[in-house]
Amino acid sequence: MITKGSISRSFVEGLSREKGEPEWMRRLRLQALELFERLSDPLWLKGIDEIDLDELVLYEKVDARATSWDELPPEIRRFYEELNLPEQEKKFLAGLATSYDSEMVYYNAKKFLEEKGVVVLPMEEAVKRYPDLVRRYFGKVFPPAEHRYSALHYALWSGGVFVYVPPGVKVTFPVEAFFLVANEMVAQFEHTLIVVGENAFLHFIEGCSSPQFRKFAFHDGVVEAYVHRGGHLKFTTVQNWSRDLINFNNKRAIVEEGGRVEWVEGSFGSRASYVYPSFILRDGASVDVRAFTIAHGGEWKEGGVKLFHVGKDTRSHVVSKSVSSSDGVSVFRGLLRVNKGATGSRSSMSCDSLLLDEESKAFTYPHNQVEEPTARVSYEATTSFLREDQLFYLRSRGLDEDSAKALIVSGFLSDVISYLPPEYASVFRRVLELDFRGSVG
Amino acid sequence: MLEVVDLHARVEGKEVLKGVNLSLREGDIVVLTGPNGSGKSTLARAIAGDERVEITKGDVLLDGESILGLTPEERFKKGVFLTFQAPPEFEGIPVGSFLLRISGKGEREALEELKELVEKLGLPKNVLFRELHRGLSGGEKKRLELLQALFLKPRFVILDEIDSGVDIESIEKIVELVKELARDGSGILYITHNPRSLELLGRYRVLRMEEGRIIG
Repeated sequence: MITKGSISRSFVEGLSREKGEPEWMRRLRLQALELFERLSDPLWLKGIDEIDLDELVLYEKVDARATSWDELPPEIRRFYEELNLPEQEKKFLAGLATSYDSEMVYYNAKKFLEEKGVVVLPMEEAVKRYPDLVRRYFGKVFPPAEHRYSALHYALWSGGVFVYVPPGVKVTFPVEAFFLVANEMVAQFEHTLIVVGENAFLHFIEGCSSPQFRKFAFHDGVVEAYVHRGGHLKFTTVQNWSRDLINFNNKRAIVEEGGRVEWVEGSFGSRASYVYPSFILRDGASVDVRAFTIAHGGEWKEGGVKLFHVGKDTRSHVVSKSVSSSDGVSVFRGLLRVNKGATGSRSSMSCDSLLLDEESKAFTYPHNQVEEPTARVSYEATTSFLREDQLFYLRSRGLDEDSAKALIVSGFLSDVISYLPPEYASVFRRVLELDFRGSVG
Repeated sequence: MLEVVDLHARVEGKEVLKGVNLSLREGDIVVLTGPNGSGKSTLARAIAGDERVEITKGDVLLDGESILGLTPEERFKKGVFLTFQAPPEFEGIPVGSFLLRISGKGEREALEELKELVEKLGLPKNVLFRELHRGLSGGEKKRLELLQALFLKPRFVILDEIDSGVDIESIEKIVELVKELARDGSGILYITHNPRSLELLGRYRVLRMEEGRIIG
């Protein structure tokens, strides 16, 4: 089933039927559709008017579902092999699920996860096999009504992963989900839901990629994470999209008492990108965010973070770095809210921008709403330019101009990159070098 | 042999070099002195290929062939090395991995050699793990520049005021190491207006620059 264009009630019902969903999910989709139809485009979006939803493939059924790489059709498998995923899985992952456009095509979890009661499943399957568990969280962390495109997401979601870690269980190896938009004019609406039980630990890695397209593609995914009391979630996301993709990212974590989230977010590629992970912190909860984004060659990259300190003694620490080059624009939007009564809460946010040339731009829009007088918050921003003496210095040490720029950029981002798993850090450095070769400056 | 022939150059539209002639053989030390603004650093940058220095006339020859058409990186690869008077600072680039990268040497042998040089130059022990020039004192930066020359042993080394901002004892050490570098075969252009350096290097050829020309 390939379905293009014309978002309608009958389309959404057809999708739900195709997936064999329970009634509550069908209703949720239809309510979201109503919201989508009622809401207008958010004013802060740029480039969204280029998307003609009627032209996009909104759902594509992929006839592949494998638990070993050999079972996958070779034309699909080669994408993942080029990305070195089978190798990574063998070496350091506890579980891996991969999507191909609208559907999950491969998933495999190591035996010990099952023994400990950890659930790693494609979202659709989780809806069927663990209906009560999924229903308890699905759409509750990042509600459909947040904005028009989150409503659209809930109406059309397909693919994604469900991860559940029972109380007290520490998953020492990472679990990864990899989302691939393989075809142009495809819209991807994957939904990932992560639940970390009391005092449990999980490292979840989300990788995203797409090859070069002639036209464009649209990504409108949601990640919901619920970290129970004392739980600890490490979330790493690396989005390496092609330049023809418009990337909409809706991510949120609710962190219960004493819970902790470490969040590392890297984004490059994509024509326009909107990525603002948000965090709701209850008593004693903390979040540490490291984010970087690269905008070049006319790309428009919006990043930022939203922090809601609702409980006492909450902590947030954000380091955000952006690099703009060759007419690229990076925008940082930070929202910090400390509720009245969130006594003793602390927040520090820093936002550094590096501009490689005069055509590029960086904007920062911090917004603080602090209603609690005992809270201590700080925000600092710096903007620096690539200096000619730096470039000359590195060239006089034998590096050509592009390699010199790539080295300066990777140095600037190093304190964020160092939080990536080593496999990703080295891939990132390679991409950076390739990306800058001949295309910058 | 590195030769500068009737070199004229402008920086930001202003003529700074007005016909400089100079020659340097491998293994030789030539001292270049002169007041601030006389064009010493501009000459150094012109030889190393800084594109902000606009050559209007004359030539720079390496073994009889012009290198003016070469990029800074190509000149480096041919063995022309400049130590900076005020090296820029770099965030997130560790000294050790940077030096390994630019030298192309194998990690094991290079690390031993680097550790020895760090000790010889009295640099902080952890300097190889620190960011390139970031947070170092003026004197430390100079010594780190010299360390690179000693590590790479290029055919020609232009030391642009390697002795400014360092204490007297360090100057003696620096001059000693520079002599050692020359003994190992590098040709050195030692730019200075430090009296102690001049005294220590008195027996070498000393050239004086004024208003964009070498006057003796």
